This record gives sequence, structure tokens and C-alpha cells, in this order.
Amino acid sequence: MGLFYLFAAVSVLASLLVIAQRNPIYSVLLLIASFGALSGLYVLLDAPFVAVIQIIVYAGAIMVLFLFVVMLLNAPHEETEYDERVHPLLRPGPMRFGGLLAIALVLELVWALTKGGESGPFANGAVSSVATIGRLLFTEYAFAFEVTSVLILAAMVGAVVLARREEWR
Amino acid sequence: MTITPILVAQIVLTLFVFVMLLNSAAIMVYVERKVAALIQQRLGPYLVGPKGMLQPLADVVKLMFKEELRPKAADAFLFALAPIISATCAFAAFAVVPFGAETTFFGLLNEPIKLQVADVNVAVLVIFAIASMGVYGIVLAGWSSNSKYSLLGGLRSSAQMISYELSYGMALASVLLVGNSLSLTDIVNHQAGAWWHVLPKWFVFVQPVGFLIFMTAGIAETNRAPFDFPEAEQELVAGYHTEYSSMSFAMFFLAEYINMVTVSAVATDLFLGGWHGPLIPESFGWIWFLIKVGALLFFYVWMRWTLPRYRYDQLMAFGWKILLPLSVVNLLVTAAGVLYFGA
Repeated sequence: MGLFYLFAAVSVLASLLVIAQRNPIYSVLLLIASFGALSGLYVLLDAPFVAVIQIIVYAGAIMVLFLFVVMLLNAPHEETEYDERVHPLLRPGPMRFGGLLAIALVLELVWALTKGGESGPFANGAVSSVATIGRLLFTEYAFAFEVTSVLILAAMVGAVVLARREEWR
Repeated sequence: MTITPILVAQIVLTLFVFVMLLNSAAIMVYVERKVAALIQQRLGPYLVGPKGMLQPLADVVKLMFKEELRPKAADAFLFALAPIISATCAFAAFAVVPFGAETTFFGLLNEPIKLQVADVNVAVLVIFAIASMGVYGIVLAGWSSNSKYSLLGGLRSSAQMISYELSYGMALASVLLVGNSLSLTDIVNHQAGAWWHVLPKWFVFVQPVGFLIFMTAGIAETNRAPFDFPEAEQELVAGYHTEYSSMSFAMFFLAEYINMVTVSAVATDLFLGGWHGPLIPESFGWIWFLIKVGALLFFYVWMRWTLPRYRYDQLMAFGWKILLPLSVVNLLVTAAGVLYFGA
């Protein structure tokens, strides 16, 4: 139980610090720390495969790309184009939309947490075996799996189109 | 927790692996310089100790007494953190690599222990994950130095590692299909014995393309020649560690050599049958393991002094247009083969 609170605390603290400070490089690093703590939680849930995939995909692959972009832009500090003293909900359009999304997220979290549900390790090692995960992914969740891959493909095509915009004209 | 002989043995083993990894870096420095000298018809180090064998020791002492420098505009925290990340990841990756059969140390223990720091059932993926964490050391070193050369080196390195990690993973996946497990111990034990009593059942004979892809991507991942762009001295002074000196530079150096050892050890486990081999009984299998790892490490050094460095666009084109499609085809063919013939 002690380990759980350790990982949970690191995860929450790191996530808060991601948005609490202004240097984007540190934000990226704190997000990695948060992902690492999450992966620790997966290990405690007896799901080492998910834990390692969390590290490889999120903390490894995706965050390296984030870091890459931040480094290329070489922006040591976030640009603030608005008055910081004004309440987020009273700022220009996109800001207000972000504020609304944040409120929606809080409401959803409260709903999800009060709804309850089973916790603790899954029965008969359903998530610890790679074979089981693979079978579930390609049978029961095949539709979601395929839809996700099409979504990623669409994003890739979009990126290529945006990157080569000059030639399309 | 009670202190049992097994626990003590495990702790001793862990310390032993740590010290041996440190030693391997020292030995590799010496071997690298001597082999380089041989290939280029020079003498190499010969003054310190017999045949210059104490040269690494002299190097370490020199590194320790150098002044620790930091550029004024550097990000102090990340500048200090980067070499630590590099070295830690290098050491951590070896923790899941098995290097010998189960042993009781000549009856010293009641029950056998595995010659491995931690037996994880997803060992292959753990190595992959730690390797992907190691990139941060180099990237952050490049950024935090606040120097053009370092930044370029760091950016190159991250682009290179991302590009080759894919092929690396695909090559791993095809071996996992043949071995039908994610545990390195299982994969090694799968390679015991021989076909027709002659040819050892090593996966390199089942997966020759996979082995080539793995070694190529492994060289790119460890930033070794001919893929040593992050520190291409003609263009980037020293790349990501341009601004580092003294022990923090030594940590990058150490990480590079330990990563080489780890990639060689993993390649030995995955493709060359680990500690299985003819003539030597299984309890002394680690001798075979050392021989194989040594051969692969020699190959690394040999490559460095034989091949010139590629151009950066050639490296990227090779990674994405040749190596990646090849590894995907290899994976598909392997999957079809496993489906048809059974694992």
C-alpha cells in the first residue's frame, strides 16, 4: 500500500507541476515523470506488460517527439498574450472554451469517482498475460482497435498533407 | 525480511554485475584503442603498465582530477541531470539480461539461482523501454548546454534513435514470434541443442535478416560509427557532450560503452543461443556467453575503424526506406512461417 501512495503522489504532483510552471522543457520532463509513476501503478496492479508499454509508447516515443519539438522551437518560456490577472472565464474566446473544458473534466472525474466500481488486481491475470491481451484485442475489442488505427492513419495523412502544402497548389 | 543465503547471493550477484559493467567499459576503452592501433598500423597505448594495460586506470584518474566546467547560460539542473540519466539507463538495462544457466555456485547454495539480476517475464520489452529512456540523457545534454553544437548533436541523436528504434523493435518482435515468449531466459532455453547434431539451434540461423537488422539498428541506437552522428567531430566538435568535462563527460562515455555491452549481450541472448554451446558443460555456460559477447564487441570496434561515417540524409533514408520496410517484411514472413510450421 505504501508503494501505491508513493506512485500516486508522484503522479499527481508531477501532473500538477506540468501546468504550474512555465518552462515547456520542464513540463515535458514532469509529464514523463508522471507517466513513469503511472507505470509503477500498473506494475502494482499485476500488469507488467501494460506498464512497460506505457513507458515505451508514452514516456519513450511520444514524449521524445514533444521534447524534440520544444527543443526545435527553443522556447524557454511560454508566451502570454493575455492579462494574467483576469479570471480564465473572462478571457478571450479560446481561453473561455478551455475553461469550460476544464470544468467539464472536473465534473466527469467527480462522476466517475463517485460511481464506484471494482478496484484491485484483475481476476485470473487477465491483463498480465500478453497472449490474453492480444486475443482480447483482436476478438472482443477488434472494432475499437481498428478504428483507433484508422484514426492514427488519418492523422498521419493529415500531417503529410500539411507538411507538403506548397506542392499541392 | 529474513536474511537467507539466497538473498545474500542475489545481492552479491547484483553488485558483481555492477562492477563487471564498470570494468567492461574500462576494458573496452583499452581494446578499442589497441584494435584501432592494430588496424591503423600504430602501437596504441604502451607506456602505462605491461603493454599499456593500465591505461584505462590512468584515464580514469585523469578524468577525476579535471575541472568540472559548466557554461554560464546552461540550465544548471538539467545539465547535471543529463549524464546521470544516461549512465543510470545504461546500467539499468543490463538488470534483466540473463548471462548464465541456473547455478548453486558449486553447492554453496541449497537451491539454484538464476545468473541474472532480475527475472522479469517481459524482459525484452523492459530493455526496449529503458533504451528509449536513455535517449533523454543525450537530448537533455544537448539542450541544457545552451550551445549550438550540443543542440544539433542532441537533435540528431533523438531523430536517429526514433528512426532506428522502430526497426529495432520489429527485429525484436520477429525473434519473440519464433521464441514464443517475452522472457529472455525462455528464449535462450529455446535455443538449446543442435539440428542434426551439427548446427546449433541458434535463432541467428532462423532469423538471419532479423539479426542483421538488430545489429545495424543496435549500432545506430548506441551512436557508434558508422552512425556516430550525434558526436560527429568534424561538424559538431563533440556533439551533445561538447560542453561537458571531467566526470560528467566520463558518465556519457561510460554509458556509451555499457550500452554497447548491453546490446551485444541482448543480441547473444536473442540470436546466438546465450550460454548454450558445445564442449562446455551448462554450469559453465557463462564462458560461452562471455566469448560470444566479446566477439560481438570486437565486431563493433572493427566496424568503427573500417567504415567511414555516412552522411546524415543517407542515415535517415537508410533507416526509413530500407531498414524499416525490410524489418516489416521480415516480421510478416516470420509470422507466416510460425503459423505454417508451428512455433
